[in-house]
Amino acid sequence: MQNNDSFLNTSAASADIPLLECRNLCKSYGALPVLYNWNITIAKGRIVGLLGPNGSGKTTLIKLINGLLTPTSGEVLICGNPPGVESKKVISYLSDKDALDSGMRVEDTINLYSDFFEDFSEERMYGMLKRLSIDPMTKIGTLSKGNREKVRLILTMSREAKLYVLDEPIGGVDPAARDYILDTIIKNYSPESSILLSTHLISDVERILDDVIFVSNGQIMFADAADNIRAQGKSVDQLFRETYRF
Amino acid sequence: MTWNIDYDRPIWIQLVEQLQVALISGELNPGDAVPSVRDLAADAQVNINTMQRALAELESRGLLVPKDNRWRASGRAVTEDRSLIDEIKLNYARSILEDFTQKMRSLGLDDGEIVSKVAEYLSKTRSKGE
Repeated sequence: MQNNDSFLNTSAASADIPLLECRNLCKSYGALPVLYNWNITIAKGRIVGLLGPNGSGKTTLIKLINGLLTPTSGEVLICGNPPGVESKKVISYLSDKDALDSGMRVEDTINLYSDFFEDFSEERMYGMLKRLSIDPMTKIGTLSKGNREKVRLILTMSREAKLYVLDEPIGGVDPAARDYILDTIIKNYSPESSILLSTHLISDVERILDDVIFVSNGQIMFADAADNIRAQGKSVDQLFRETYRF
Repeated sequence: MTWNIDYDRPIWIQLVEQLQVALISGELNPGDAVPSVRDLAADAQVNINTMQRALAELESRGLLVPKDNRWRASGRAVTEDRSLIDEIKLNYARSILEDFTQKMRSLGLDDGEIVSKVAEYLSKTRSKGE
């Protein structure tokens, strides 16, 4: 990619600009390095798994992409732009922390998202709520944990974004809810957008991944297409267990 | 369709195999429209790119043909050419036979015994069926 040329016409070159590019990205908290020299490129139309044990730097990367942290050195570019107003228009982010207001009704959160994001599709949102039989008038605080996670996910997936960044989307939910969440991710897939999702629950997500990035102790261990790993007779889960054996 | 996916082999190859079985078994008939990539992917709970790759492979083998549809460029139908389907059916039967023969030989049966066992089994199951 040559999009570091500042004179480059972005509209003409937009077909070639990756959705996400990290170049020599480093992040330290004080003297403690958490990301060391990450280089990642994500093209259009991919579902990418960011896989690693707790504390390996997954959430730090996701926060850097969303502009919640600033790099110590190196850079993050989203569709050619650094994190900021432009990047927030095209990234739909599911954070690892539940920030919904328990006192609001589901409908209020939909209105909030709708006001906030011009690419939010209420039609898509209400369609998915209906299939889940969740009443929009329900208070967020009275939803079960699984339903609350589902509402958070479908709010995220109801945007017509370029890059969906999902931090532990299947964290604390039961296997049936997990299947629903993965189905939702597959069904909302578009060849124009990509999904980056972090998790340590690999066996659950591996069937939907195009590419995997293994991270450990702040370093990228390995990145490849999931079917390339399987062509060597190993599941992604097996390779993960071998890579991270203590 | 019922899908059965293992994670220690490339998923797209398994999708090709299982779609071929659907063609052989008549679950998908010659000339039938194939469901969209999106629907098939959702049904098999796999990524759309993976399903796309499997369908493209079947198309390159001539088993699926692009459907003439102005609005959806990606529409596909099962080939009308039955000889192609018969061919994969025979290949499939041969691989089952190879597998079976290998297992019987590993039990220590000689070829004559295998043939007589098969004949015996066939006649038994036939009389049961009647």
